[in-house]
Amino acid sequence: MDKIDVVIVGAGLAGLSCAYKLADKGLQVIVVERGDFPGSKNVTGGRLYLMPIKSLIGDMLDGAPFERKVVREQWSLFGRENSINVDFTANKFRDHDHSYTILRARFDRWLSERLIAKGVFVIPKYRVDDLLWENGSVAGIKAGNEEIYAHVVVASDGALSFMAEKAGLRPKMMPKQYAVGMKEIIELPEEKINDRFNVESDEGCAHLYLGDVTKGVFGGGFIYTNKNTVSIGIVAGIQAMMAKDPPLDAYTLLDSFKERYEIKRLLNGGNTVEYSAHVIQEGGYNGLSKLCGDGIIVTGDAAGFALNVGVTVRGMEFAIASGIMAAETIIDAKEKDDFSVRTLSSYENRLKKSFVLQDIESSKEMPDFLENDDFFTFYPERFPGFLERALWFGEGPKGKMGKTLWNEIKSSGMLSFKRLKALYRIKNI
Amino acid sequence: MKIEEKLAIDAFKTDKESHIRINHDICRTKCTLKYCLSVCPGHLYEYNEEMKEITVEYAGCLECGTCRIACQKGAIEWVYPRGEYGVQYRYG
Ligand SMILES: Cc1cc2nc3c(=O)[nH]c(=O)nc-3n(C[C@H](O)[C@H](O)[C@H](O)COP(=O)(O)OP(=O)(O)OC[C@H]3O[C@@H](n4cnc5c(N)ncnc54)[C@H](O)[C@@H]3O)c2cc1C
Ligand code: SF4
Ligand code: SF4
Repeated sequence: MDKIDVVIVGAGLAGLSCAYKLADKGLQVIVVERGDFPGSKNVTGGRLYLMPIKSLIGDMLDGAPFERKVVREQWSLFGRENSINVDFTANKFRDHDHSYTILRARFDRWLSERLIAKGVFVIPKYRVDDLLWENGSVAGIKAGNEEIYAHVVVASDGALSFMAEKAGLRPKMMPKQYAVGMKEIIELPEEKINDRFNVESDEGCAHLYLGDVTKGVFGGGFIYTNKNTVSIGIVAGIQAMMAKDPPLDAYTLLDSFKERYEIKRLLNGGNTVEYSAHVIQEGGYNGLSKLCGDGIIVTGDAAGFALNVGVTVRGMEFAIASGIMAAETIIDAKEKDDFSVRTLSSYENRLKKSFVLQDIESSKEMPDFLENDDFFTFYPERFPGFLERALWFGEGPKGKMGKTLWNEIKSSGMLSFKRLKALYRIKNI
Repeated sequence: MKIEEKLAIDAFKTDKESHIRINHDICRTKCTLKYCLSVCPGHLYEYNEEMKEITVEYAGCLECGTCRIACQKGAIEWVYPRGEYGVQYRYG
């Protein structure tokens, strides 16, 4: 059987980065993508951190279609009828290529065109249906009536990875280990975005929201500014929504968020031009799949490389880094002419030496920590509530501010042993 | 904004056959909580009173996979739409 070097399933950031590196070393690569074009099926929140992957990517992202450089970071804690907002900016963030907002349909397409210019075959409009096997080793893929044999298959097929499942590398998906993100793209003139988010053109804002935005269930909201659109979305734990009585209607969350006073003014006059949804892994370190088998390597979301640090999801730089490290592993394997799990497992060592598995490992306790409902109900109710009472000057004497606050804190149960103990665990993450 | 209006903004190419199949026997005999009705971001699952079964409007599917994960009874047989079909994001 004639074999090419590598076939990659999925032209997302993981698959494209892998192909980029392989092509640099002259390996024969085919990327198969089910969408009309790379990116047409992909959803992200919006922000790519560049620092962690800087030394890995070389010139890969030179000239990439970034939307805005994030120079303003904001967090809000939403109570039912009030909210607290933190607004951060720093010269450091403006002076460095720290993070950028992106839109995947544009970004992935651009990267794939760069690959095609390098001579890589990127085949869109084909859904890979199955793996091909040879003596117990993965030996290629099947898409409709087409078969492609390859020394290595790279599963870069995203969070629902059917390839990792078919290769027996991934256990059954449990609702507890996933969240769903729902997002709208809202068109607004560039100057309006600059004014409302207090940034210059090309500069952007990342705003994360906790609390009542998810009706007390695990998750949060986000806004990222793009050139002349705004990405707004909600991420909510699937199990957490199911556990509510009655279960929470997922599709209503984003609308209630948009209806909030704090949000409405930001989006006023804007047109919704897209609605999308996508699942996100929440399993952290314990939710990872096996990372390789004979003739197969798993990258990006397909392997579970995503990290939910409260409300900010990190996945894209893991996808890019793991794609590149998979490529390095395959280049090695080709030199040794051994594509068995013995050689391919050096992929895991590479990941362990890098931020990918180190960051995911060091956030091991995060899923358990965040399972504490207090973060999504108790604190969002209390903190804005304190401020509301402190700032409100009604009839009659105001009383001693500090004393009132102290009494409030005491009576709220915030200093209870249980809560302090839960909070103390923060040092583990 | 109504959910139907939101879905109407998106670009879909609809295949003749659904990429989501429901095993109605399992829904009838093994499932009381029917999470599929609430978890879908497109609100595409419905209980059809006349047919006495769960239906899904597959043409509006955003391909997120939430229903596949939420139904732990194994009643939903879910694959991606064939290449070229399904939702086409222009922003993503
Ligand atoms: C709402 C939301 C907000 C997020 N916010 C952020 C953020 O701000 N920052 C961040 O870093 N990360 C964020 N993430 C996570 C990030 O988007 C993912 O980690 C990242 O997209 C993973 O990239 P990937 O290449 O592994 O997978 P994907 O981007 O999912 O790519 C998989 C590709 O495989 C293709 N494919 C799948 N199956 C097949 C098949 N059988 N045949 C052919 N092709 C197939 C798909 O069409 C797709 O092109 C967010 C995610 C969501 C959903
Ligand atoms: S599809 Fe699953 S969740 Fe929905 S009714 Fe059937 S068994 Fe229950
Ligand atoms: S995949 Fe997502 S959008 Fe499609 S039917 Fe299932 S839950 Fe709804």
